Amino acid sequence: MRLSLLLAAPLLWLGVVYLGSLGILLLNAFWTSDSFTGRVIPFDWSLDAFRQILGNDVYRTIAVRTVAMAILVTLTDVILALPIAYYMARVASPRYRRLIVVAVLMPLWASYLVKIFAWRSIFQGNGVLTWVLSPFDIAGPGNDEIFNSWIVFSYLWLPYMILPIYTSLERVPNSLLEASADLGAKAGTTFRRVVLPLLLPGLVAGSIFTFSLTLGDYIVPSLVSDAKFIGNVIYDNSALGNFPVAAAYSLVPIFIMIVYLLIARRLGAFESL
Amino acid sequence: MRVALRIATWVILGFLYLPLVVVAIHAFNESGFMAWPPTGFTLRWFGEAIENSAIPEAFVNSILAALGAVAIALVLGTLAAMAVQRYSFFGRDTISFLLLLPIALPGVITGIALSTTFQTLGINFGLTTIIIGHATFCVVVAFNNVVARLRRLPRSSEEASSDLGADTWITFRRITTPAMRTALLSGALLAFALSFDEVIVTLFTAGAGTQTIPLFVLAAMQRPTELPVVNVVALVLILFSVIPVYIAQRISGDVAGGGRY
Repeated sequence: MRLSLLLAAPLLWLGVVYLGSLGILLLNAFWTSDSFTGRVIPFDWSLDAFRQILGNDVYRTIAVRTVAMAILVTLTDVILALPIAYYMARVASPRYRRLIVVAVLMPLWASYLVKIFAWRSIFQGNGVLTWVLSPFDIAGPGNDEIFNSWIVFSYLWLPYMILPIYTSLERVPNSLLEASADLGAKAGTTFRRVVLPLLLPGLVAGSIFTFSLTLGDYIVPSLVSDAKFIGNVIYDNSALGNFPVAAAYSLVPIFIMIVYLLIARRLGAFESL
Repeated sequence: MRVALRIATWVILGFLYLPLVVVAIHAFNESGFMAWPPTGFTLRWFGEAIENSAIPEAFVNSILAALGAVAIALVLGTLAAMAVQRYSFFGRDTISFLLLLPIALPGVITGIALSTTFQTLGINFGLTTIIIGHATFCVVVAFNNVVARLRRLPRSSEEASSDLGADTWITFRRITTPAMRTALLSGALLAFALSFDEVIVTLFTAGAGTQTIPLFVLAAMQRPTELPVVNVVALVLILFSVIPVYIAQRISGDVAGGGRY
């Protein structure tokens, strides 16, 4: 089959539908919207949207808060994923390992909204958390705390981190670990000097998901907390018909993610996706 | 060390399942406000869910959107995978990088980009726009699965086929496609599940008139009177998630045991 024939349809799709839309989004950031109807006037160039964003501290606070949350969630998931992935790959018997893989996969396929809904019922005033904490006379956090977002994000994306780390750990040959031990390295040193570099690509691959999914999510923060994130700003502005501001602000996560992806590619994460 | 790792594994698995178990219990909770501990056992909410006419309508929309997105994804994803894996050409790495963008960039970006484009071009929102939106990330999923398979597939059988006089099309149909079958199936499965579950892109591309299951759940969970119905839908969705895991396990077991590749 000729190369051009194979590539024509996917490139047309990627180029026109996806990149084309991103292009129109970018253009919208430089256009103005009719203050009366809210409709964007194409080819009416202005930097108003950028002025509005730069002139308001709230937008910067929200960007910093979102990136900080994305980093925090990624670190939390790495810490939670390492022991279970290590156990799956190197300790559990093959039959047992298969069972745990299925057990980790199952929640991944369960509905995203259902999981948020479940956490809402846990956090709410008369929910599970209040009941658990009642001996200590502490009430549940309710559904207005930024702390909740951290828990729910870390919960939602955890399997995305466990699976790639598990896959890279499984590929580490035993002979390397034995060689390290023979040469006198303690378990901790072997982990740090041999295992960690080998699982780094998988870890970075997982972090692309945990970081990117947190960076753009606006459902979780709006359902379990009262703090606004980047996604909320974009969604709220577009819902209000303020497309230029929504478009201009989307450049923040796009820029952050492209930098992140370029670094991830240098660390060899793409082979582990 | 081993004991500590085992305990950590169980604690983390418990963390993963705790919310799902809580939702499952609430579906039978007599308290309509999800009070804990449950005030009593009831099947009342199941009756209310069955009588809710918005649910079947949203369900049909979700299925149609997922089928449409999967169909586009399989065709375009396979074509792109064959081009990237079977040929080397100028810009190949760039195309592989660009193909990752729809899943690597947050959904809100895909959503707002498509929504502004549809607005700017004056396209009406509805099921078609939802399918286009979902297809953007489903193509990537199909592409990834097929590329991974093609990478492991030796060229020799394809070459043998053409040496024996088969033209490109016959080779593709009789040799390449059967070898890719399970990869296509698991790609389709994952793409279907992602589309069926998608909220963010759907919110941007659905418009006012069309509702899918996630949009129904999102709207209903913010209305206190409909919480019990959401619990029932939630339980059904959790049970549904067993299906793809089961199929995926069957597929991978097939590959391991069949020795066909």
